[in-house]
Amino acid sequence: MTEILSYPFMQRALLAALLTGLIAPAIGTYIVQRRLSLLGDGLGHVAIAGVGLALLTGQAPIPVAVVVCVAGAIVVEVLRQRGKATGDVGLAILFYGGLAAGVLMSGIAGAGTGALSQYLFGSLTTVTSGDLRLVGILAVVVLVPTLGLAPQLFAVCSDEEFARTQGLPVRFYNVAIVVLAAVTVTLAMRTVGLLLVSALMVVPVAAAQNLVRGFYAALACAMVVGVLVAVGGAAGSFYADTAPGALIVVLAIGVFALSWPVSAVLGRRRRVAPVLPDSPATGHVVTEGHPHQHGDRCGHQPVRHGDHTDFLHEGHRHALHADHYDEH
Amino acid sequence: MTAAPVVLAADDVTVELGGLPVLRGITFSVHAGEAVALLGGNGSGKSTLVRSLLGLVPRQRGTVELFGRPLAGFGDWARIGYVPQRSTASLSGAKVREVVAAGRLAHRRPFLPPRPADRAAVTRALEAVGMADRAGDRLSVLSGGQQQRVLIARALAGEPELLVLDEPTAGVDLAHQEVLATLLRDSLRAGTAVMVVLHEAGALGPLVDRAVLLSEGRIAHDGPLGDLAGTFETGGHEHGHDHHHRLLDGTVER
Repeated sequence: MTEILSYPFMQRALLAALLTGLIAPAIGTYIVQRRLSLLGDGLGHVAIAGVGLALLTGQAPIPVAVVVCVAGAIVVEVLRQRGKATGDVGLAILFYGGLAAGVLMSGIAGAGTGALSQYLFGSLTTVTSGDLRLVGILAVVVLVPTLGLAPQLFAVCSDEEFARTQGLPVRFYNVAIVVLAAVTVTLAMRTVGLLLVSALMVVPVAAAQNLVRGFYAALACAMVVGVLVAVGGAAGSFYADTAPGALIVVLAIGVFALSWPVSAVLGRRRRVAPVLPDSPATGHVVTEGHPHQHGDRCGHQPVRHGDHTDFLHEGHRHALHADHYDEH
Repeated sequence: MTAAPVVLAADDVTVELGGLPVLRGITFSVHAGEAVALLGGNGSGKSTLVRSLLGLVPRQRGTVELFGRPLAGFGDWARIGYVPQRSTASLSGAKVREVVAAGRLAHRRPFLPPRPADRAAVTRALEAVGMADRAGDRLSVLSGGQQQRVLIARALAGEPELLVLDEPTAGVDLAHQEVLATLLRDSLRAGTAVMVVLHEAGALGPLVDRAVLLSEGRIAHDGPLGDLAGTFETGGHEHGHDHHHRLLDGTVER
């Protein structure tokens, strides 16, 4: 571990990964709450046009990509707010137009698709100290509103009409969310890459929703997961000699897969057995030959029934009585 | 009742959706402390009316005043508590208390944490609807009636002077409707005006001071709920309208 920290380019790469892992799930929490999980993917395509333009004009890629991506994000949001059925097709044209324009411009610039691929899947060695400074500034720009305005943004994303009756400037907040998402996407292009950045905005959030209860807890948990997989993936890709984006996303999906059984266990512990009113005894019907042992972990739904617990078993209830089960 | 100040005034409100007229020339008002029910069958425009009165649906014509201020320049949203239809929100991952706390946002400033008064109001609202013990649960694990109570708590948390509810009894069993009735009775007693959209009078009927019956986007009746007996409350309203319109001579132009 000390070995990779001795390389200056790895120090920069790990710092960039850390910032990406912090920011992407933070803004992603709002995107997921608004049910726009694929927005980040679309914005990544738009940012490719920005990279192509930078290659064509010989500018630094990150600032140009930020400008192009923010402009694309505002167009997307205006299309959504106008709310016509054509918005869907309009988005598709914008997104694929961005990808095509990026490839075309980088081709004309003589850089070909090879130069683009480091932005598509991330590239650790290319993070310059100038990039890192810009990434740091933009990270603050994203984190201050996503954390400071959390109650307002939560209200806007979860129930837009109610937010409006609270006097919130809903249209402004909606534009702010997509603009911050656009900034995040371009920030992440050196670490996760533009094609996979959306995964880092969505998958840690999905995992966090399995692991903890509540919106703010999920926001914090998603950021922790994001930092772990981003730094872990960046470090791992140094040893495995792969594009960091792929490893980061695979790790994130691994955490999500692990969160699944955890949520099932937590859910079972929290599940309170429903209560049935005790009715007068209606005879004593003994279940014939029931070798199964009911208990806390048998999987049959327990039901509180008067002074004892029944277990739901294929449409009827079993109650333990001495050495056998009664039908209740 | 007429001496009480007007909290909501609609004058000639006309709304078109997709080129079709949904509301035509609606004029009515709600006074402080009054309980007004908006009644009507499916497609009569009652939900569109409350949404346009709150500025959520644009008007083609007419004016709306809230607490004496025109809607366009109205900024005192803390005085209004809105309870939308349950299906509109995507609140599944959120905890009950987080949802209710959103009802204090009109009182709060951006970037500042909630003040003790905000926390206390949220706790009071949760207690008022009997959901204080479920504050830490996800909204999605609650029953329909319980979710409705949480949405009402969110509106109550803002300590409004006008409570606007859109079909709070839809999909709620009769026992829970009685709970809602008790809740609204407490709010009315505290001086809050209530405007409630109802599909049928149901358990909330006895609370209502005045019923506004909408039919095909027009007001077909504005008066005591009792006057509608036999045409609305029995559930035979789909057939009873024509007869009823003739009784209320002058309120409907065909």
